[in-house]
Order: sequence, then structure tokens, then C-alpha cells
Amino acid sequence: MASLMAMTALGAREAAVVTVGPLSIAERVDVAVASVAVRRGRVLAAGVIPQPGPSRWEAGKPFSAFWVTPDMWFVEADFAAHELLADGLKASFGDAASVTEQTDAWVIFDLSAPDLAPVFERLCNVDFQALPEGYATRTVLDHLGVYLIKHGSGAARVYGPRSSAQSLLHALKIAARSAF
Amino acid sequence: MIIHHPILGPRDAQEFVYLGDASLINRPDGMTAGVEAFHDYAYNRDNPAGDHRELWYHEQGDRSWLVVTRNTVTHEIIKVELARDVARAQGRSK
Repeated sequence: MASLMAMTALGAREAAVVTVGPLSIAERVDVAVASVAVRRGRVLAAGVIPQPGPSRWEAGKPFSAFWVTPDMWFVEADFAAHELLADGLKASFGDAASVTEQTDAWVIFDLSAPDLAPVFERLCNVDFQALPEGYATRTVLDHLGVYLIKHGSGAARVYGPRSSAQSLLHALKIAARSAF
Repeated sequence: MIIHHPILGPRDAQEFVYLGDASLINRPDGMTAGVEAFHDYAYNRDNPAGDHRELWYHEQGDRSWLVVTRNTVTHEIIKVELARDVARAQGRSK
């Protein structure tokens, strides 16, 4: 029987942590992700996931969620406890929603620095400084389509395409080197 | 150019992909409408100098299809609607 080892999006055994000046970029491999789209005319069973409005992220236990398009959210959970997140949500919602596994489709970077605005103003058209906390949007960052979630003036999460993980990290590092 | 998305507010046109005339929503029934109607749908477009309704896709945003009414002479954008609302109002969506 094959003996398989899990690898991160960057091809390593352990999640990467990169520091550029005051900025820390931490790859997150401990987050399970699934998308939930409400089917037309249906309502989700209450209390399972947060259902924030447009451009919002909402914390919850055990599931957090952010809005991606009308009647659709990405759900985040702790990977160790919810490795089969999509299956669990499918069981909760039945035929009221379409659920898609997303965990290994993305690379997730958590950025932290005293102020992240100088980094994002070099990378994308999102006015990071002006946004409220909990703002979530899709945007283009160095030619890559990403989801950007603002958790604070110095905290943000970026979801990028997993197959472009190295390019995304490179772009973040270059912008940080220029900003700090 | 800025497109005022009905849900997300002002967004740069670079985030969008242009498809074409919004009359593409009105696809005839290929089994009953006849060859002429389908030929017209597939190949013939008006090319107005003035207000033009067109389909845009918010690819780097919420990935919704929009019907944008734009003046082709001045590029002024007069109206932006969700294409699903337009289609449903016309009885197109199941």
C-alpha cells in the first residue's frame, strides 16, 4: 500500500512562515473550507453557519463564513476537527443547498503587521485603510484572483489559487519589501 | 471606467469581462422557433450610437452577470442591473 505524505501548497511538509521587516506571512494549512450556495427559493437550516451580508465576513463557532456572491458563502473551520467539512454541511442542509469542498483548492496566507495598508495599496485596488473590519472581497492581486478578508488594520487573510501559491507569496514578499 | 454594481457599489471596469448585447438573454427555442429566428439570435446585432444594453461578468468580484445600460457615444453608464433579475422579469429563468 502506498505511503502518502501530505504536502502544503508550497510543496513542503510544514506550513511556511515568512517575515519581511514588520510583516509576517503565515501559511495556514489548518483551515477546512467549503462553499455553500442556497438553492433557489430555499432557506438554510438556522444556526449552522453564519450568513453575513455582501462583502462581509462573520466569525462563529465552530464555523466562520464570508460572502462570495448572492446566496453563497465560503465556510471556514478548524481542519483537525472538521476535515470532512463539506460532508457535514451537506448533511445539515440536505437539498436546500449545494455544497462544494474547497479546502485544497486554495492557499491561505494570514498577514500581520502594525499596518497592512502600505502592502495592499501596492498590490490591489482595494482601499484597505478605509475598509471596516470583517470586510471580505474578491480582487486581483498581482494578476491573481484572490479573496481578501480584513480582520483589522494589521491583520488580513488572503485566499489565493493553490496552484499559484509560490507566485502569490512572491508578490506579497516583493510588496512588503517595497513598503517596509 | 467605473461600473456601479447593484450590490457591491462602484467597481473598476478591469474587474469585469464584457460579453456583448444583452439581447443574448432572449435565446429562442431551438426546437420550435425556426432557423431564421436562431440565425438572427446568433449573428445579427444592432450597433446603436447611444444607449446600449450589454452583458458584463464580474469575474474578479462576486462573479455575477450584469446588464449594463451604457451610452456608446459618451460611455456614460445609465443603469446597472443583476442579469438574473432581468432574466427572471422576462420569464427566462427556470
